[in-house]
Parts: sequence; C-alpha cells; structure tokens
Amino acid sequence: MAENLPPLEDQFQFASDDLSNLDTESESINTPSLTYFQDVKRRLIRNKVAMTSLILLVIIALVAIFAPILSPHDPNAQNVLYANLPPKWGSLNIPGLNGIHEAGGHMVNAYQAEHVPKGTYYIMGTDYLGRDLFSRILYGTRLSLFIAVVATAVDLLVGVPYGLISGWVGGAVDTFMQRIVEILSSIPNLIVVVLLLLILKPGITSIIIAIAFTGWITMSRLVRAQTFKLKESEYVLAARTLGESPFKIAMKHLIPNLSSTIIIQTMFTIPSAIFFEAFLSFIGIGIPAPNASLGTLLNDGQKAFHFLPYQMWVPAIVLSVIMITTNLLGDGLRDAFDPKSK
Amino acid sequence: MAQKVLDVKDLSIDFDTLNGTVKAIRDVSFHLDKGETLALVGESGSGKSITVRTIMRLLADNETITNGTIDFEGKDILKESKKEMDKIRGGKIAMISQDPMTSLDPTMNIGNQVAEPLRVHEGMSKHKALEQAAEVLEEVGIPNARERMRDYPHQFSGGQRQRIVIAMAIIDNPDVLIADEPTTALDVTVQAQIIKLLKDLKDKIGTSIIFITHDLGVVANIADRVAVMYAGKIVEYGTVDDIFYNPQHPYTWGLLDSMPTLSMNSDRLNTIPGTPPNLINPPKGDAFYARNKYALKIDHEKQPPFFKVSDTHYAATWLLDKRAPKVTPPESIQKRQAEFKKRGEADHD
Amino acid sequence: MTKYIIRRIFYLILTLFIVASVTFFLMKFLPGTPYSNQAKLQPSQIAIMNQKYGLNKPLWDQYLIYMGNLLHGNLGTSFQFNNQPVTQLIAHDIGPSMQIGTQAMIVGSVLGILLGAVAAIKKNTWVDSGATFISILGISIPSFVLAVLLQYYFGYKLQWFPVALWQNFSSSILPTLALAAFPLANVARFMRTEMVDVLDSDYIELAKAKGDSERKTITHHALRNSLIPVITIVGPMAVSIMTGSLVVENIFSIPGIGNQFVQSILTNDYPTIMGLTIFYSFLLVVIILVVDILYGIIDPRIRLGNGGKE
Repeated sequence: MAENLPPLEDQFQFASDDLSNLDTESESINTPSLTYFQDVKRRLIRNKVAMTSLILLVIIALVAIFAPILSPHDPNAQNVLYANLPPKWGSLNIPGLNGIHEAGGHMVNAYQAEHVPKGTYYIMGTDYLGRDLFSRILYGTRLSLFIAVVATAVDLLVGVPYGLISGWVGGAVDTFMQRIVEILSSIPNLIVVVLLLLILKPGITSIIIAIAFTGWITMSRLVRAQTFKLKESEYVLAARTLGESPFKIAMKHLIPNLSSTIIIQTMFTIPSAIFFEAFLSFIGIGIPAPNASLGTLLNDGQKAFHFLPYQMWVPAIVLSVIMITTNLLGDGLRDAFDPKSK
Repeated sequence: MAQKVLDVKDLSIDFDTLNGTVKAIRDVSFHLDKGETLALVGESGSGKSITVRTIMRLLADNETITNGTIDFEGKDILKESKKEMDKIRGGKIAMISQDPMTSLDPTMNIGNQVAEPLRVHEGMSKHKALEQAAEVLEEVGIPNARERMRDYPHQFSGGQRQRIVIAMAIIDNPDVLIADEPTTALDVTVQAQIIKLLKDLKDKIGTSIIFITHDLGVVANIADRVAVMYAGKIVEYGTVDDIFYNPQHPYTWGLLDSMPTLSMNSDRLNTIPGTPPNLINPPKGDAFYARNKYALKIDHEKQPPFFKVSDTHYAATWLLDKRAPKVTPPESIQKRQAEFKKRGEADHD
Repeated sequence: MTKYIIRRIFYLILTLFIVASVTFFLMKFLPGTPYSNQAKLQPSQIAIMNQKYGLNKPLWDQYLIYMGNLLHGNLGTSFQFNNQPVTQLIAHDIGPSMQIGTQAMIVGSVLGILLGAVAAIKKNTWVDSGATFISILGISIPSFVLAVLLQYYFGYKLQWFPVALWQNFSSSILPTLALAAFPLANVARFMRTEMVDVLDSDYIELAKAKGDSERKTITHHALRNSLIPVITIVGPMAVSIMTGSLVVENIFSIPGIGNQFVQSILTNDYPTIMGLTIFYSFLLVVIILVVDILYGIIDPRIRLGNGGKE
C-alpha cells in the first residue's frame, strides 16, 4: 500500500498552488452545455427513423412542387383509345412493368392490342379515360399536399391566437370560448366538414376551409393549456410586474415556449388534413373532376381495383407513405423536444 | 464481535448513457452488523441510492455490475436466481423509499398494499394478512387503522403515507431495512416523528437498518455507524463519534463544516466549492482533488488507500500517510476533535 | 358526483340543442333542391310539395316546428326513401352499423391494450419496435384504403370472407378489421406510453421491493394503473369508427347508417342529413359522458374526491 510508493517527497506537497488551473481543467471535462434548441436538433438528427422520414418527405415535396416539369404528359388529357393500359417501363421485360397483363383469363400485351406506337409507354399505366397515371399521381400529390399545407397554416392562424387569448385572458372569456370549442367538438369532425362542403361551392378553397374549420380546435386546446401553465410561471410573472405589455410578453416569452407544442401539433395536423381531403374526394364530395388529388385517384382506382389493381395501388402507396412519414417525423420531433416522453 | 448480516465487497457499477459509460460505483465495500443502523452519507449523485438498490437487485435497464459480491446469509445476492430474489425482497430485506407521495399504488387500498408482503412471502390468507396489516398500521401510528384500511393513498397526508410505507416494509419482520432518504420529502416536524418511529421499531423488532441521507443532523440522531460516500466511492467510515468528532477526510470536514449548528456564531454557511467530477471519465487520483483545499500533489496521481485511524475508523486520504505534511483542519473541526479528545480522556479516567 | 352528473347532462342537452339549431339553419342555406326529378315538376307541383314538407312557412316557424318535433323524437321525413320518417330509417339501418362499430371497438381496444402493454414491458427490444411499426401503420393507413385492400385480398382473391353485402357474421369481419385498425393503433400507442410511465414509477419499484414477482407487479399494479387513463380515449375512438364507417360501409355495401349518410349527402336529402348529424352528435356526447362517469367510478382518486390531505 502506501509503503510501496516511491519515496517521492515532492508528491506529498500541497497542490494548492496549481489548483486554480486544475479547477478549470475539471470544468472542461464536463460535457459542453447546449442550448435547448441545439439539444433538440442533436436528438432529432440522431433519430434515424425521423431523419429518413424527413428526407422522404422533402423528396415527395420537391417532386410535388416540380410536378409540371417532371410530368411526361398532361394529367387531364384524355385518350380513350389508350384507356386502362398497364404500366410499361420502356423495353424492360419485368412482369408487371412490361405492358402485359391478364385480361379475360389470358395474358395480353395491351400495348400491342391497342396499337400503341413503339416509343410511347406509360410507366404507371393509364386510367379508364386513357390519362397518364404517373402524371396524375404527381399532380394529385401536389394538390393534396397544397391543401394540407394551406389548411394547416389556417389552423395555426386560428388555433394559436384562439388558445392564447382563451388561456391568457381566462375568466368568463375563457369559459365562453371553451364552451364554443366543446360544442364544436361534440359533432364528429367529419360531419362538420361534410355539412360545410354542402353549403360551400365544391372546390379547393371550400375543402381547405372545411378542413381548417375543425382542425384548429386541437391546436387551440393545446396552446391554451400551455399558456395557462406559462402564465403562472415565474418569468412571465416577472415580465408582468415589470410592466411589459401583454402582446410583448406573448411574442417574447410565450411563443418561444409554445413553439415545441405548436411544431409537434403541426406535424400531426398535416396528415389529418391529407386524410380528410382523401376521404372527402373518395366519397365524391371533394375535389371536382377532372382535377387529380390522392383522394380522387383512390376513388377512380377503387372502381376497377379487382381487375386493374395498379390503378389503386399507386395512389394508396403514395398516400400511405406521406401519412407514415409525417407521423414518424411528428413522433421524432416530440421525442426530440421532450426526451422524457419516450 | 458483532455478527455481519450483510457484507458488500468491491462493488463496481457502470451505467450506459448517451454520453458514455458512467462509472457510478467504484470499489465500494462496507458491512452491516446485526441490529445496527448504518448511515450512508453523501451529496446527491454520490451513488448511495444505486448501492442500496443493487443490494435489492432493483437494477436499471442500463446498469451493469462490473465487479464485487454482496454476501447475505452466506450467499452472494448478486448470484441469486430471480425466484430466490423475489423471496428475499420484502421478506428478508425491505425498503422504504424517498417520496411517500409516489411510493404507493394510487389505485389499491392501503390495507391490501400493506398486506401484500405477507400474502407473497408467507402465503397467508387474505383475511389473516389484512388482520395483521391493521395491527402493523396501528403500530406505525395510523389513527383508526382498522377503519382506514379501505382508504386509498390520496386520502392520507405525506407523513401518514410514509408511515404506511414503513408498515409495508416491516410487516414481514425483515432482517435488513433499507431506508432511502425516508424523510427528505417531509416537513421538518414530520421528519422528527418518522425518525423516532424508525428508532422505536428498530428496538422493537431488532432489524438492521441502512439509512441513506445527505442530512448529517439526521445521522447523529439515528445511526450507529456512518459511511461517507463521494463520487461513487466510500471515503471515510467509522462510528458516529468517529465521524462527528474525529473526522479525517477533507470531504467529511467539508460536510460537517457546511452543517448549520446553533453554537456556530458565524452568520454565513460554509459550502464546499465546485461540483463533483464527471464519472464518465473519473479522475485517476482522488476524486475530491479539484475541490479540496488540502489536496496534495499525489492526490492528482494516485487514489489514496484506506488508512486505519482506529479499530472502527478508516479514511481514504493521503493526509494520513506518514510522509504527508501536517495540516490544520478548519476551526469547527478542531473544536470537534478537541471535544473527542476530552471524551476519550474522560473515558479513561 | 350526482351534482356533477346532473350538470353534465344539462350541458349535454344544451350542446345538442345548439347542434340541432346550427344544423337546421345550415341546411336552409344549402344550394340545390331536394326534389331529384325537379325538371319534370310543374311549379304547382313544387308548391304542393313545399306545403307538404312545410317548406313554404317562414323560416322561424319551420325552426320552431322542427325543434318541437325533435323534442318528441321526430327527426322529420326523408325526401328520398318514400317519405319514411328519418327515425325509422335510422332504426332500420342502425343494426349493422352498431354491430361492426362495437366489434371494431372491442377488437381495437383489446388488441391495442395487449400490444401496448407488451411493447411497454419489452421496451427497447424488437418486440417494442414491431409494435411501434404496427401502430404507425394503423394510424397512417386510412380505413378506406385498408378496406379496399382487405376486400381485394381476403374477399376477392382468397375468398375467405364475403366481398360485400350483409348476410351473416362473416360479412362483418372485413369491415370490422378495417375499422378496428386505427383504434387499435391509437390504443396501443397510448397504452404503451402510460405503461412505460407506470413501470418507471416509485410504487412499482416498491412493489418489487416488497417481493412481488415481475408477473405480479404487472398484473396487480401496472396494468390497472395504465388501463384507467386508456378509458379517456374511448371518445376519440368512437369518432374514428363513426368516420370510418361512412366509407367502409359504402365499400362493402353494408346497409348501415354510415352508408345512408353518404347517400343522403349525394341526393341532397336534408332531413336525413340533419337527422343523422343530430343522431351522431347525440351518440358522441353520450359516449363521452358515460366515459367520464366511468372514469370517475373506476379511479379512486376521483371517486373519493381529494379528501384527507391538500
């Protein structure tokens, strides 16, 4: 033990002389402190599932934005001669992608049967009016995403101020505002949306209004609850005592603190808006013909699904992928903002 | 020689975290004698709770025991089967946890909760177990215990809930009772009541207690022996008198010095400067080095071994080495040591 | 508790009153006319029809008559199905809807609870990942897409179940599965979060410290404590099933009220739309009320008030 030590008398000197710099050394061993948002970013980037979803979503969004450039055909151009052609990828000879499909119990080369010129092919086939499905999918995704993003933006514009006012003012105003929310939420969302669509002229704007009309409720509830909590917090109290105006406090203290709630909820509003659009178009009161959206494509595809399954598969997959990735990204964001929730 | 009930040897525990492996417990050894109360003292994060949870084998998912043995009744607890452990937990070794507000199942009435150990360990009938639970609840000071057996935890106050938790722990007469900061979450007046209750119960059922706390005032009140922990290691251990009146480790000095006393006529509280080291990369020398104003150069290079102060008293500090320079401890510690000396002389007379 | 229930029932009636009023006035602003073969009708015939349905009276009178009828449980008569009373239509078609709705609710919650509990117990293992994957699919894939896929593979290709129509129990299986997917996934996610929290709690640690085996800690303490909050999502579950039933019944050609609602929208059958809207809202508020009361009965913290302390 102690006896085995080399008799280095020097070792038994006080270390206090060089302690001051050692102190800083011990500090430097500690992990560097990160700001909240840096920490969130770090956790998000580490989450492979969320990052993959984000990348996929960005790709889908880019494809949607550049649909007019990427589309090989006019999505609404009909060519009844070339109706219901199966997918064909140039001269590739892979079953399912070679333009040959089953019809009446035989394998038929639909392109030859319809005398389609050699260089012409449709990589996702055509629909019952001979419209190019690939172009329709691109435009459909574009329209669905557009509706979802605008509806979500309206949700934010209505839901956040509504929740802020209700939570911040409190008292009778809050009671009244919450009563309205309560009544609205005791009718299933979809029925409210349907009723609104019946009154408004069918079209994109009507769908956005109808979806946004119910969508803001959840957002306002979450914002209200958070505002309530923040209102009682020390630093907001301090700001109030210092005489800052309520608006300034909201901008400076509440919005940054509410941002995680809002961002996460936004990520869950988008898939629900996409769902509603698809749903409405699917039952036939959504996007009017001939415009393509994921919902109308599903509706068209479903009619011939038993015989021409590809017409339903493609929009179904695109819709599901968008829904799955937005949900996964939402989950990832929630975990990143609040690591305890996992 | 007192009989050892529990003997922890060279215990080392790692935790896997996002930032790396935390060496939370490093070569901890201590023992518990039959019928005694051992206090484990230290700052939060020093490894007290982890140590006792390991004794109960209540391990976290990311926890690995890298070394050591825990002897209990001639067997190593760390090698027991799951089934064997279930028998030991709550039967032979019981635990009282820190926060009585969250320690009871909110959806089960307290009668059933307190009776549960008897049902599990003794296979007692429900009726009999409940009968005994009522008795124990009365014993720990729940008024109208019999009528209140069907009440749920939220219908009791914090102090009462801690009494219920204690009743649950002692109902099967455990050999060892682990009390993990049982008074931290309570009001001061209630704290004193709970300490008194524990002392009374100990005398009555003769159980040995490991008492974890960061409050030295409580230690003086209840413990027979004290082990001081710092950064996952025990730095000094001895009887209550050894630690309170003849402390040797500068960390113990710091702890005692930061304890407010009535006789202290200074108007400021002393603190230990700095923070404990990061245990992902524990310092190769003495972990207390950076915060220690009595540190020697060797503290930076080499961990101090335990030096024997007396038969009951050991401390791990190079200051006790023959080659170390003489140091003068803080004034309050000098007073304590003088007191200790006087007592020793009085004993010899 | 009784006082609370009475107050809640009062609000329930108020809510339904407002829903009915709003629906009534909305319907009056609707474009289009209820008479599908309008072109062939003479103005005089329209006048007769209007008189018959009371559509020539001032709006206010129509409103009072409608609300009065509503009090007597009369939802008016349908325009499209030979002047059948709407209540009769609902009564006639509610059976299949209720059956698949209830089945979906049971399948969804039972499997969801199991999946969520298993995921929580096996946290951070492949079982957990698998459960998470299933729940994400269930939440993301719309019920109507799932319905069509199920119909194609299990009905048309494999012919295990009827492709459509309502004949016997096996007709209800595919629609039930299509409707159950979302609630299942939702319950599983919720249950997992709750149970992870509970398993991490002090009282579970203390239960283990008492000597409860792993199995007993789960069955005696963890399950009950995590199940109680799951009751709160029964309301949203019911909504998703109602919503889904509109299309799922349509896809499988099931004569239920969901299918009926879609038909009445497509044919501008106001009284049926109004009647079903009020009926759906009624169903929803009653379910939410029952759930809240149930929650109070099951959770001792609410049942017994916050007595004792604090």
